Amino acid sequence: MNNALWVYLATSPLLWLAGTLVVWLAATAMAGLRPGNPLLNPIMLTIALIAAVLCFAGIEYKTYFEGAQFIHFLLGPATVALGIPLYEKLSLVKSNLVPMLAALVVGSLTAVGATVFFAHLFGFSPSVVASLAPKSTTAAVAMAISSGLQGDPALTAAVVVLTGICGAIIVTPMMNAMRIKDYSARGFAVGLASHGIGTARAYSVDPVAGLFSGIAMGLNAVLTSLIVHLFL
Amino acid sequence: MLVGITILLVFQLIGEVTAYFLGGFVPGPVIGMAMIAVVLTLTGGVKMLEPAHRQTLETSRSILANLGILFVPAGVGIIQHLDLIRDRGFALLAIVLLSTVITLAVTVWVFILVKRLSGGYADE
Repeated sequence: MNNALWVYLATSPLLWLAGTLVVWLAATAMAGLRPGNPLLNPIMLTIALIAAVLCFAGIEYKTYFEGAQFIHFLLGPATVALGIPLYEKLSLVKSNLVPMLAALVVGSLTAVGATVFFAHLFGFSPSVVASLAPKSTTAAVAMAISSGLQGDPALTAAVVVLTGICGAIIVTPMMNAMRIKDYSARGFAVGLASHGIGTARAYSVDPVAGLFSGIAMGLNAVLTSLIVHLFL
Repeated sequence: MLVGITILLVFQLIGEVTAYFLGGFVPGPVIGMAMIAVVLTLTGGVKMLEPAHRQTLETSRSILANLGILFVPAGVGIIQHLDLIRDRGFALLAIVLLSTVITLAVTVWVFILVKRLSGGYADE
């Protein structure tokens, strides 16, 4: 390739914005060929490929983000958009209110408690433990909690995404093995444990699961910010 | 499309302003999510707002259908932590895997148990 052209494009937002979209479309097409295989997670495939390209080409994350920020920005309105299925299926939500609240409190305490316990067990420093503690919540909230606890928000963002992908990959085989057939319960669990990435997975499996996943994500963001101090 | 995205952004804005006054422990978009559900429910029968309703639902559906791509930019940030991954990657992965499996199991069990005890499966 023409070197001057590459230097010009690699620093422009357009290349990384267009590149992210193209890789994503290719990854979803690939995942669509084997819809039953949760290991072909389009989010994981896209991140892995782009990260590899950036490392190989020696491009800094800051440069990449200048283009990708336009996609990143849509996380806000997308969270608001989760209110629409909430409105459309309000009666279904109301009839599950008691199990939802019980699962929220116990699940939220478990998510933070288990993370802090294992992080101590593996001998991580207090700053890393604080960075990991809110990892089940949505990225923006987790980063705010982490910096409030003297953690490293950038590390938190990476671990949040890792947690999301991990939950999105294991939820379907795990729930099938546990013989859980109630999609409101399955969705709620993955939204609580794996925030928006779990919710994206839930929507691709079942609309009711997606609905409950989105609600769990929202509620857990609030509760985690209140209870995280109990563990640190 | 334009009406839909405008409505979503306005609700996010209202949510952010509310979050500011609440001291910031509830994220703005989450407040916006609750507010838009309430407002849609309250205005559901109003004829004049029907086109706005329809467009909001359509825009939301297309955003939620592509939710996954929105996490890519933050996820690529992992390349800033390659040294930590090289040194402690296995431990990090173990923590994430163990805590996620435990959280999924506990949450789904409590949900099912409480739903059964409160008669939620009575019609099955």
